[in-house]
Amino acid sequence: MRPATDADFRTRLQDWLPKLVLAPSFAATLLFVYGFIVFTAVLSFTGSKMLPLYTFVGLENYRKLWALEHWHTALVNIAIFASCYIVICTAVGLMLAIFLDQKIRGEGMLRPIYLYPMALSFIVTGTAWKWFLDPGIGLEKTMRLWGWESFSFTWIKDSNMAIYTIVIAAVWQTSGFVMAMFLAGLRGIDNEILKAAQIDGATSFQLYRRIVIPLLRPAFLSAFVILSHLAIKSYDLVIALTGGGPGRATELPATFMYSYTFTRNQMGIGAASAVMMLMAIAAIMIPYLYSELKEKA
Amino acid sequence: MSAASQETAVSAGRVTRAFIYLVLLLFALYYLLPLYVMAVNSVKPLPEITGGNMMSLPRTFTIEPWLSAWSTAQIGVEPTGLKPYFINSILMVAPAVAISTILGALNGYVLTKWRFKYDGIVFGLLLFSCFIPFQIVLIPMAVVLGKLGLAGSVPGLVLVHVVYGLGFTTLYYRNYYAAFPTELVRAAMIDGAGFFRIFWRILLPVSGPITVVSVIWQFTNIWNDFLFGVSFGGTRQPMTVALNNLVQSSTGVKEYNVHFAGAILAALPTLLVYIVAGRYFVRGLMAGSVKG
Repeated sequence: MRPATDADFRTRLQDWLPKLVLAPSFAATLLFVYGFIVFTAVLSFTGSKMLPLYTFVGLENYRKLWALEHWHTALVNIAIFASCYIVICTAVGLMLAIFLDQKIRGEGMLRPIYLYPMALSFIVTGTAWKWFLDPGIGLEKTMRLWGWESFSFTWIKDSNMAIYTIVIAAVWQTSGFVMAMFLAGLRGIDNEILKAAQIDGATSFQLYRRIVIPLLRPAFLSAFVILSHLAIKSYDLVIALTGGGPGRATELPATFMYSYTFTRNQMGIGAASAVMMLMAIAAIMIPYLYSELKEKA
Repeated sequence: MSAASQETAVSAGRVTRAFIYLVLLLFALYYLLPLYVMAVNSVKPLPEITGGNMMSLPRTFTIEPWLSAWSTAQIGVEPTGLKPYFINSILMVAPAVAISTILGALNGYVLTKWRFKYDGIVFGLLLFSCFIPFQIVLIPMAVVLGKLGLAGSVPGLVLVHVVYGLGFTTLYYRNYYAAFPTELVRAAMIDGAGFFRIFWRILLPVSGPITVVSVIWQFTNIWNDFLFGVSFGGTRQPMTVALNNLVQSSTGVKEYNVHFAGAILAALPTLLVYIVAGRYFVRGLMAGSVKG
């Protein structure tokens, strides 16, 4: 009798064990991710100021948010930043990958040089570029000391151009990573296809435009998803490089959310802006993840 | 990949090749310049920076800025240097990386070798959590950490980083184990091996490459995190926050050389990890993301 129940218990435990092992992670994700999303969404409909309050005000926060010029600045900035960042990173990454794929001597030296910025935090990246772009000690001064007296590069102090300094630093940090993705894609292409096309008389340019680049589609998609996700989350780089300034010239939704929630004590509006950010990312990520998972299944 | 099989079908002319080399070198310069500027200027006395050229090598070599950044520089209101924050970061990173990697490995194992109904949905929910903007969880996290008495503590930060790193570690191990032959697991089951024995004896010994990816990914992300550190760090802030406080401090003379030394100190651990194991990281990551 005894051994039978014992074995029974053990097989039942074995049945449950996998789920038990997965349970803590799943529960933590449900609570800390999805529960918190709901929590923030609820707060966005309340009159929370410094602390969460549960007095519901309907869509008031969203109305206020969209009426704020500050928010519009952040949106224009993220549009400029995200599009420049994604396009330039992709272009630079693709170009470097194609060039590196031409049997380059010293490829083993160049690759780590292109890639290492990825290991640095945005705070370090921002600190480095902040001084490099500072007219008083950085590039401008150096050029003048080298004899180019009229050289001027004051974007970081110029409210119309400051957002592009964020692009320069962000491209510096990530483009090497994009290069690695494209390089992996290029190395995965069957050379027979290329040779066949060449025998048919295709020029290098045609070869890349018509055959290689279309074959890199998965790499383009991954790059786009990773870059847009990084762009919307960008917070630290702005803090370190410009602090959102000059004035509010480089404010992004991420910095907007932080300052409204934690320094201006407008938690309801901050929560509403976070919900807008989540919706933007979800619009990009959900179709991508859905197609990825479907393909694998 | 041998050199012979990698023969590029496209052969370019002499001028084109020269152009390609030129572009590649210019970009190498673009990537190296900021690091060069930081390194060179971190060993110059201050007057040489403000009065000289940031590109030139130091005329007077000094390690004073490094010592100052490490142990005496003003961080916020305290003249502690970056040392205590460096320690905070290590105390936070080590357990957070270990816990999230172990859980990720177990999750990946369950999701591929012990499949159950709706496991796809569980994985989808874990996966989407990788991509949320963290702004959406900041307020509730602050509330919950406060309630748990973990606000402004290292365990609090560990918890935060484990929770928001799980999606990535699970993804890595799941994709890796998915390619591992399930027949071997079945055979072991028939031989009477249990859940943990199979994991320990069969899966774990082949998990080296993906563990490198997971550990480096988590280490870099957690070490480099700023948002959670500044929001929940309290008095136990990590290195990134301290560096930002050092650099942004508005009082007194801006000690650029100390800032540069501090920035390199903050970057050193991830740079080292990257230099030592970077090749394996990129290789593993690419194998996962390109093949899907």
